[in-house]
Amino acid sequence: MKTEDLKNIKDYKYGFTTDVENIRSPKGLSEETIRFISNIKKEPSWMLDWRLKAFNRLKVLKEPDWQKPKYPKINYQDLYYYSAPKSASTKPKNLDEIDPKILETYKKLGIPLDEQKRLNGIAVDAVFDSVSVATTFKDELTKKGIIFCSISEAIQKHSDLVKKYLGSVIPLSDHYFATLNSAVFTDGSFVYIPPNTRCPMELSTYFRINASETGQFERTLIIADKGSYVSYLEGCTAPMRDENQLHAANVELVALDDAEIKYSTVQNWYPGDENGVGGIYNFVTKRGACRGKNSKISWTQVETGSAITWKYPSCILQGDNSVGEFYSIAITNNHQKADTGTKMIHIGKNTKSKIISKGISAGKADNMYRGLVEVKNKASNSRNYTQCDSLLMGNKCGAHTIPYIKNNNSTSTIEHEATTTKINEEQLYYCNQRGLDQEEAVSLIVNGFCKEVLQQLPMEFAVEAQKLVAISLEGSVG
Amino acid sequence: MLNIKNLEAKVDNKHILNGLNLDIKPGEVHAIMGPNGSGKSTLANILSGKNGYEIKGEIKYDGQNLSELSTEERAQKGIFLAFQYPLEIPGVNTNVFLRTSLNSVRKARGEKELDTLNFLKLVKEKSSELGINEKFLSRQLNVGFSGGEKKKNEILQMKILQPKLAILDETDSGLDIDALRIVADGVNSYKNKDNAFLIITHYQRLLDYIKPNFIHVLSKGKIVKTGNAELGVELEKTGYANFI
Repeated sequence: MKTEDLKNIKDYKYGFTTDVENIRSPKGLSEETIRFISNIKKEPSWMLDWRLKAFNRLKVLKEPDWQKPKYPKINYQDLYYYSAPKSASTKPKNLDEIDPKILETYKKLGIPLDEQKRLNGIAVDAVFDSVSVATTFKDELTKKGIIFCSISEAIQKHSDLVKKYLGSVIPLSDHYFATLNSAVFTDGSFVYIPPNTRCPMELSTYFRINASETGQFERTLIIADKGSYVSYLEGCTAPMRDENQLHAANVELVALDDAEIKYSTVQNWYPGDENGVGGIYNFVTKRGACRGKNSKISWTQVETGSAITWKYPSCILQGDNSVGEFYSIAITNNHQKADTGTKMIHIGKNTKSKIISKGISAGKADNMYRGLVEVKNKASNSRNYTQCDSLLMGNKCGAHTIPYIKNNNSTSTIEHEATTTKINEEQLYYCNQRGLDQEEAVSLIVNGFCKEVLQQLPMEFAVEAQKLVAISLEGSVG
Repeated sequence: MLNIKNLEAKVDNKHILNGLNLDIKPGEVHAIMGPNGSGKSTLANILSGKNGYEIKGEIKYDGQNLSELSTEERAQKGIFLAFQYPLEIPGVNTNVFLRTSLNSVRKARGEKELDTLNFLKLVKEKSSELGINEKFLSRQLNVGFSGGEKKKNEILQMKILQPKLAILDETDSGLDIDALRIVADGVNSYKNKDNAFLIITHYQRLLDYIKPNFIHVLSKGKIVKTGNAELGVELEKTGYANFI
């Protein structure tokens, strides 16, 4: 994409600012901004206090810099922390709001951009910039006692639950970006599944960054009460811009006794252009607490977008016999960078964790798996199995694996396996000889490489993810 | 169908083929024999469109200049290579691979893609002809296959893709007697007046089952002797010494 084209798209977009008129907070990070957010959301005072507490804490925290992908210093005073369409009651329907490259991507994916049609039978919470614009299938879920709404709504209507669990997995003083999020988070989803209830449909949130110069700070909280089950999926896209946009989300999961949460992500934020200009900084804190005995949390992520992806969806295995799983595909092409992995903290007895990570690097991209497996001294008979596979395409990309392993219990075992392979010219030739063109061949081989992870996704999204995998690597070979 | 004139090929400045001539007509079976390093596999690779060769001379396939066609276009137009060492593709089911491949070829030929049901019917029929167990088809492509299974799988692909020109690169090596017979039967039952075979082999034993119309002896990148089926028997007795 030439700068000229970029400019055209930008001009084109600005032409529509009247259509999506925004309400914005004052520019920059300040108490004034936080009060503005809390006020516009009509939050109770305890919520504002909580935010301000986080803001005060933030003042003494330093932005971490140990990650592999470096980025230019972010000027936090130059960002908007809240931006919402004036008429947030209706979902953005106008296709012109979405930039052509993403439109084309969806066309290629064969997904009609009509949310209702696309996600039939799946309850969706749509977050547009800083606000949730619609939540579907609410009534049906309410009948079962399931709460699925925006976090803003939950703060008002279900404040007992929010008060009890918000920040209980990611404390507000956790680290720089998590604390920043706690101070300025704008919207996100809230899910509560009552005891012994199996959520009858997939719950899904669709995140979209639209406004420029705006950070997205969403907050998601999912609570699975005793003996319940829920499968939740998030999808993300952003317009193409030549500026880097910050997305710093916090996601907290709580699974009580015998409960199971399956959390899947298909992340397709704008990755920047071929020269590494623009794209989303995806700095996300995701953490789940297996608080009850026999509970289970399973993370599946397909990370194809963003200029920089920096996240470690983690499981704290507190309950005895609890299980944590992490399945990941991270694809980096052109100048994209990823530093991602997981943390599995074994605290309870007989806890089990499994990590399957597939990193794919193409172009000049850099892909890092970083993971911690820690077995605390009381976590007897705990087990972890980790498998990290990297696939390289071309000679200019990189793949790295850094596993941190701490075992403080002699009855527990930790296994780690890692492989690095280059996409094989002979395999491509074999596929070509069978009539597949280069892109079909790459798609077939890469999807084969990722199969164990793709299998974990809910059916409807597995197909989408497979196509996304192929599209993200287009033009990377030959 | 295939006309090769004065074909020369180099890899890293090393001459491998030095003026090779060959004509193959529909309905014919040609065998190429020759000592190791004589250029047999190079010929198969060049015909199927493998990269990395510097080529001079002319190859016409159905009147079209072969050098104008990409590897996949050649496959789509009916050139099939049974690999000497079939590649493993982890995570990809044999069935999925076969279907993707068949549908790519069908699409290029302007035919409709086969749906799952009809594809499974086809694959079931063709695999039972080769004595291939259905379970085998849900395994990852060539991963953990025995040498014989890999070769049978190549012949299965050939029968499904229905090529016009099938090139068999040492398909017989590594096969036991029963597998050899099954592979040969597979070739014989596919052979007809409209298609042609180019069979690369070291051993007469395959040619006991598949009767060639011509046997060519390849040496130092050239065909040095062409004969009928009798030539193979003679070579088996005397070796290549008389011809090179």
